Amino acid sequence: MTKATDTLIEEPILEIRNLQTSFFTDKFEVKAVDGVNFAVPKGKTLGIVGESGSGKSITSLSILRLIQNPGKVKGGEVIFKGENLLDKTEAQMRQIRGNEISMIFQEPMTSLNPVYTVGQQISESFQIHQKMSKKEAMLRSVEMLKLVGIPSPERRVKQYPHELSGGMRQRVMIAMALACDPELLIADEPTTALDVTIQAQILELMKDLQNRLGMSIIMITHDLGVVAETCDYVAVMYMGKVVEYAAVKDLFKHPKHPYTVGLLNSLPRHDIDLEDEELQVIKGSVPSPADMPKGCRFAPRCPFASEICRERLPDLEESEDGNQIRCWIYTDEWDGEPEVNVNGERTS
Amino acid sequence: MLTFIVRRLLQTIPVIIGVTILTFSLMHLIPGDPAQIMAGESASPEQIELMRERLGLNDPLPIQYFDYLKGIIQGDLGNSIRSGREVSGEIALRLGNTVELAFYSTVLSVFIGLIAGVISAVRRYTFIDTFVMIIALFGLSMPAFWLGLMLIRYVAINSDLFAASGWGTWSQMVLPIITLGTAGAAIIARMTRSSMLEVIDQDYIRTARAKGVKEQVVVYRHALKNALIPVVTVVGLQFGSLLGGAVITESVFAINGIGRLIVDSIRSRDFPIVQGGILVLSVLFVVVNIIVDIAYRYLNKRIDLN
Amino acid sequence: MNEEINNGNALPQTTVNPNVVKMKTFWKKFIRNKPAVIGGALILFFILTALIGPHLVPHSPNVQNLANKLNGPSAEHWFGTDQYGRDIFSRIINGMGITLYVGFFSVTIGLIVGVTLGIISGYYGGKLDAIIMRIMDVLLAFPGILLALAIVSVLGGSLQNVIISVGIFSIPVFARIVRGSTLAVRKLEYIDAVKALGANDFRIIFKHILPNVTSPIIVQATLSIATSILTASGLSFIGMGAQPPMPEWGAMLSDGRNYMYDAGHVAAIPGLAIVVVVLAFNIFGDGLRDALDPKMKN
Repeated sequence: MTKATDTLIEEPILEIRNLQTSFFTDKFEVKAVDGVNFAVPKGKTLGIVGESGSGKSITSLSILRLIQNPGKVKGGEVIFKGENLLDKTEAQMRQIRGNEISMIFQEPMTSLNPVYTVGQQISESFQIHQKMSKKEAMLRSVEMLKLVGIPSPERRVKQYPHELSGGMRQRVMIAMALACDPELLIADEPTTALDVTIQAQILELMKDLQNRLGMSIIMITHDLGVVAETCDYVAVMYMGKVVEYAAVKDLFKHPKHPYTVGLLNSLPRHDIDLEDEELQVIKGSVPSPADMPKGCRFAPRCPFASEICRERLPDLEESEDGNQIRCWIYTDEWDGEPEVNVNGERTS
Repeated sequence: MLTFIVRRLLQTIPVIIGVTILTFSLMHLIPGDPAQIMAGESASPEQIELMRERLGLNDPLPIQYFDYLKGIIQGDLGNSIRSGREVSGEIALRLGNTVELAFYSTVLSVFIGLIAGVISAVRRYTFIDTFVMIIALFGLSMPAFWLGLMLIRYVAINSDLFAASGWGTWSQMVLPIITLGTAGAAIIARMTRSSMLEVIDQDYIRTARAKGVKEQVVVYRHALKNALIPVVTVVGLQFGSLLGGAVITESVFAINGIGRLIVDSIRSRDFPIVQGGILVLSVLFVVVNIIVDIAYRYLNKRIDLN
Repeated sequence: MNEEINNGNALPQTTVNPNVVKMKTFWKKFIRNKPAVIGGALILFFILTALIGPHLVPHSPNVQNLANKLNGPSAEHWFGTDQYGRDIFSRIINGMGITLYVGFFSVTIGLIVGVTLGIISGYYGGKLDAIIMRIMDVLLAFPGILLALAIVSVLGGSLQNVIISVGIFSIPVFARIVRGSTLAVRKLEYIDAVKALGANDFRIIFKHILPNVTSPIIVQATLSIATSILTASGLSFIGMGAQPPMPEWGAMLSDGRNYMYDAGHVAAIPGLAIVVVVLAFNIFGDGLRDALDPKMKN
């Protein structure tokens, strides 16, 4: 396994090396995350993109060690500010969760506890990590609600989650996550469950807060539009592995992995007029993790796959520009057509 | 809130009327002539006719029913055939014992059931969980009368602490309460466990963990409060079914309550008492359910329950 | 999290009848649930015992032998003898049939009436629904076994009347479950489509609604057999059901209770028999629920 790059990123706040997380059933092991490497630069936003089942959410839960039975983080390193989180005790992890690394989730409707008020739930973070009194914590909660742009926060703080709209609840989630001024925010599909107009507002809010508070963000999404709008770097995941890692502008301009190309092609494009208005879709579907291909995981669906792709798994290799790619086409061992133009399929 | 209470009370009116119709019919569905039964087996035809007149059995059925209803409202449930005393008095004499028995048994089953259920859920799939659930399954499958007899046979007569019969002193009350409360404890334990397991997989539990909340606090503050919502709704029902179950427990421990009164009266064909006893227990059950509903609604008024 | 793993599983594109697939997955789940399999096997064993046992037992259940009364378990009398010197083992084996008979038949009554009322209520709705459900409310307003007791008090204490009363007692549960499921199915769009195609109510109920409510009904029926056996034996215990010398377990217990101080087994054994049978139905019902209808709660 190649080590994640140092040339690309000067000062990573978080670096993940060969992370492996599996789920165990009676008979077999499902490798949901299988040797993932990436780094999050300080103050920047890293996007993790992939279809459902690619392991992107499991990766994020593994960072905070929130994987529940029957799942288990099997190996690798999660280096946060120079220390491996996988070596920490549970008590030490609790000091980090919600304090130095926070997380917001996809479903604002179900991610807040229905039997406590919004204020009580935000206050809890202050009470745990900053040992504030109830009263003090409640005052700070009002300030947090103000920060995330909730009108009349003094009233809202006393309300229960069901009294708020989906967008409001996601703002509450953000307020809760940012309460203790974390250095890293992990956002797991934060806008997927929301209306389009609300999505834009929430993304705007997150960008704005990042500028003001200077935290780093991991943005997990299946939506390349969100990536283009918010991220500095992207890791594309497929079946538990990172297949391409690049700066956002490079990825959109020159995608290298056939899977990335497929993802980009499946986006509706406004910049060019397609005569037949037809969206291109990657053929086939993600195989079951229990039925893992032997070679490159994308080979069964890849239009360029050759002998070697079906036989051996390629490594994540770094190219001259500092981006990383896991594909035989870019190696000396490539045995297919010599002049493959991966991008040739793109309508540009 | 007020509209809820009013609506809830209005809803029970047809139920209460239905119950009175059923208990009223009881008298008329018994094979044979009610007047004959009421007057006793050795009564002369004149006495039977007199009884028929007194009971208004010559009136059309609806009139009889309204007379019955009027009597109920005035607290008149008729007279016992055997003793001639007022049914309402006989019942009043014993109601306290039955209610006490059902109440303490409910308290016991809620207490034990909650603790067992939470322990089981927190330690799910461990030995403790399996053990607790096996015990609960036994509790659910045991006939109360058998449990009662076994407690008398193997506990009461071997120990001075517990009496085998009667009601009133602490030593008399323990065994009947255990007998009646066991099945309820089992039901509540199973419900609490499955409710907890459902809650523990919810997104907001993950949120709490991601906040850095201690696992114990996650379980007892974030999960339990949610898990209790469905459990609370069955406590009222539980009390009701224990009111009914008291019939058997009272027979086993010779407790002077309504349940045993009903059973004895069925044996001696003292139907006014059977009728009155069943009516009182049913109405009590309906009332308890209303109170539980309202209390539940009040406690959760700010929470969206769907 | 599980969603993440499972989403990769695309369903195979086959033309297999979905009911066959359903049956197969049910069987797979069920066979893996060890307690449920044990429960099912026990029930089969009990049924066989009830059918064949009475012909194999060494003693007649009602032959008295006063010289040999209240003896503890021995090689000759596995469960000992009762106050009349009768062989308790033979009586228990003979009582097995009675117990199962009471359980099955009372639940059959409750099931047929309850399901019919539930479907009518849920399918036609309106006033009919309101009336049926109010009647169910009234039946449920009698706490615990009181309703069964009231009915028995009218009909007179006998085994047959116990079956009828316990059957009526279990009507509301079935009616409520079926009504709920029927309402849910009725709201589905395809029912409108089927209607538009000219199917009559009868056909819709039998072809489209009943198959959808089968799972909860089967689960409830199994669990109801357990409760019905308990209720029925309770009625016999207080003398309102099967009458001695019938070897009904509740009646045996009630009959033997006065002798239990001298010989505990006289009361202990019939009760244990009830526990074992009820336990088997409860375990089996739990297993069925997990395999058929995981959403259903206790």
